[in-house]
Amino acid sequence: MSREAIFGAIRRGLRRGALPDDQAMALRARLSAHPRHLIPARSRVARAEQIALFLRNLEKEFATFRRVSDAAELPEAVATYIAAQNLPPELVIAPHDELRSIPWAARPMLRLREGRAEAADLVSVQHGYVGIAETGTLMLPAAPDRPTTLNLLCDTAIVVLRASRIVGAYEEAWDVLRAERHDELSDGFMPRNVMLVTGPSRSADIESTLELGAHGPRRLHVVLVDDDSSALQS
Amino acid sequence: MLATSPAFKENAAHALADPSLQKALHRTRPQNPAKRAAAVAALPEFEQLRDIGRDIKNHTLANLDFYLETWETNVLKSGGHVHWASTADDARTAVLEICRKAGARTVTKGKSMISEELAINDHLEKHGIEPIETDLGEYILQIRKEPPSHIIGPAFHLNREDWEESFRKVHTHLPADRVFAERKDIMTEARELLRSKFLAADVGITGANFLIAETGSSVIVTNEGNGDLTQTLPRVHIVLASIEKVVPTLEDATSLLRLLARSATGQDFSVYTTFSTGGRRAGDLDGPEEYHVVVVDNGRSAMVGTEFQDMLRCIRCAACMNHCPVYQTVGGHAYGWVYPGPMGSVLTPSLIGVDKAGHLPNASTFCGKCESVCPVKIPLPKMMRHWREREFERHLSPQSVRTNLSLWAFVAQRPALYRLATRIGAKALSLLGRGRGRLASVPFAGGWTGGRDLPVPEGETFFARYARLERSKRS
Repeated sequence: MSREAIFGAIRRGLRRGALPDDQAMALRARLSAHPRHLIPARSRVARAEQIALFLRNLEKEFATFRRVSDAAELPEAVATYIAAQNLPPELVIAPHDELRSIPWAARPMLRLREGRAEAADLVSVQHGYVGIAETGTLMLPAAPDRPTTLNLLCDTAIVVLRASRIVGAYEEAWDVLRAERHDELSDGFMPRNVMLVTGPSRSADIESTLELGAHGPRRLHVVLVDDDSSALQS
Repeated sequence: MLATSPAFKENAAHALADPSLQKALHRTRPQNPAKRAAAVAALPEFEQLRDIGRDIKNHTLANLDFYLETWETNVLKSGGHVHWASTADDARTAVLEICRKAGARTVTKGKSMISEELAINDHLEKHGIEPIETDLGEYILQIRKEPPSHIIGPAFHLNREDWEESFRKVHTHLPADRVFAERKDIMTEARELLRSKFLAADVGITGANFLIAETGSSVIVTNEGNGDLTQTLPRVHIVLASIEKVVPTLEDATSLLRLLARSATGQDFSVYTTFSTGGRRAGDLDGPEEYHVVVVDNGRSAMVGTEFQDMLRCIRCAACMNHCPVYQTVGGHAYGWVYPGPMGSVLTPSLIGVDKAGHLPNASTFCGKCESVCPVKIPLPKMMRHWREREFERHLSPQSVRTNLSLWAFVAQRPALYRLATRIGAKALSLLGRGRGRLASVPFAGGWTGGRDLPVPEGETFFARYARLERSKRS
C-alpha cells in the first residue's frame, strides 16, 4: 500500500506517469555504462608515486606501514610489529590462499588461527584486496576467505597488501571489483559487504576533539609487499 | 520526536542564557569551518565536484521512481527485503515486526537521523525491546534522554564534565572514585561497555547515507566503526533510509563521497565507508543472515516538483549549520526538532508543517554562508524565503508583522515616497544621535536595539549622495 502511494506521489510531483520506454532505456544504458565523473588529479601520477601517495595518506590517517620486498619477509615483519606493540603473538588470520602461502613456520613463536574474529581476539591479519592511493584507503570486500569481523573486532588490525594492487582512485578499485568478482546469488559483482577503510577507528564526539580507538581497531598496520616491478624500476 | 519548534524564540532565549551551552558553542564555532577549509584547499577540483554532486542528485530526483524501482529489484536479487513506509507510523510498525519475528530482546543502533525522525527507540521500548545507541555521541544522549543537537556531532553541545557526570551516574558497576584523566578515558569506558552489547544484540539498525540503484546496496559512513559492528554481528540487519538517498551507480556515490567527509569533518574520507548488499552468502563466516531496508517517505515525496525539491539533494554533511551564525549562537536544540540549522529551517517546515516550524526560516540573516559551503549547492536562503512567503500567504505571521510589511511594501513601491521617507528617517536619526557614533535605543525599534546598537546614519541617503556626487563630477 505504501509502495503505490509513494510512487504515485513522486510521479504526481514529476507531472508524469511511469517513465516512457525510450527514457527508461537511456537510464538503463547509463546504469550499465556507469560513467565516471571527474577524478582528482592527485592520484593520476606515475606508478611509484602512486604507491608513495598511498603510504603518505596511510600515515596522514594515523595508520602505520612496513614495506617488505618478498612474502617470505612477512612473518618477521608481523612478529616484529606485534612485539613492538607488546602484544601476544596470537593472530586470527583470514583463510585466504595468499596468506596461507606465507612461510609462517619460519616464526614458530607466532600462533595462528584461521577464521573470523571473536570477542577475545586481540590481533587480526586481513587480506588486503585493493589499496586506493587517493586517500590511503583499503578496499576489503567480504568473502569466505576475507571475513568482515577481521576488519572490526580486534584492537590491532594488520592488513597484508601487495603493491601491485594499489590503484589511484576509488573508480579504479570499483573496476577491479567488477572485473574480478562474481556473486552467485545476485549474478552481479557486489559481495555482501565492501568496506573502504581509511585509518584506525576514531571519534570526535567528546568536545569535538579527535581521539583514536572508538569502537573499531585502535591500530591499523599495513604490511606492503613490493611485488610491483614497474613501480620499483621507475 | 515531539517538536518544540513553535517555541523557537523562547528556546533561543533560553540557549543564549545557558552558560554550559555557550561554552560548548564557543569551542566548536571556529573548529569546523577551519577543518573544512583546509580539506577543500587541499583538493583543487572541489568546486567542480560541487557542480557534479548537484547534477547527480538533480538527475536522480528527476527520475526518482525509476531509480527506486531499480534499486528495489537489485536488493531482492541479492536476497534482501524491502519495506516501503509512507509515514513514520508505517516505518515504526515495519521495524517492530522485523524485530519481533527475530525474537529480539536487544537492538544495537548506528547513528541515524531518520531513526530520530521516526522516534524508533520509544516505539521499541514501549514494546519491550531494548534499543542501544552505539555511536559515542548518541550513547550519552540516550543516557541523558536528550535529542541530538547536530546531525553529525550529536553531542557537540556537551562539555567534558557533562560526560563524566553522566557516566558516573549510569556506570555504577565501576568504582565511583575512578579518574578520567583524558577524554580518551571517557571513550574507553564506553568502548568496553558497548562491546558486550554489540555481541549480544539480536538485531542491528543503521541508517544509510546512500542507496545504490545499480547494485541494490546501502552505504553507511562512520569514523567509530560502531555502525559496522552494528550491522555485522547481529543475526538481522535493518537499514532505515529515506527515499531521496538513492543514487544511480557506484561512480555517482563515489563523487558524492568525495564531497561528504570534506564538507562534514574536514577529513579527506571517513574511516569506514561500507557498502552492504543483501545478507550472508554461502560460505561466509560472518555477517547478518537477514538484510532488510525500510524505505521511508514521511513527507518527502510531496516536496518533489515543488520549489523545495532542491532540498532533497541534501547529503547531511552539516556544513550549513557549522557555518551558520544563528546555529552557532543558539545551538541545535533551539530549532526544536531533528534537523537544526539552515537545512533544518528548510526541511522541518516541509516535514512537520510551516504552522509549527514557521519561526525557523525566519531565524536567518540571509548571509548566504550556508549556500556557499553546501556540497550540492542547495539554495537554502532562497528556500527559506519561499517559506516566509508561504507563511505570509497563509496568514500565519503575527498581525504586527503583516501590517508593517504591508506598510513597507506600500512605501517601497512608490519611489518618490520611499525617497522622502528615507530622507526624513536618515535626517531624524542623525539628529537623534548627534555627537555619538551609535544609538542604544530607537523609537519603535526597541526589539532590534535591545540586543545591539544602531550605527547613526550620516544624515544623507544613498540616493541623495549619489545625485550630489554626480552633480559635482559634471561641474
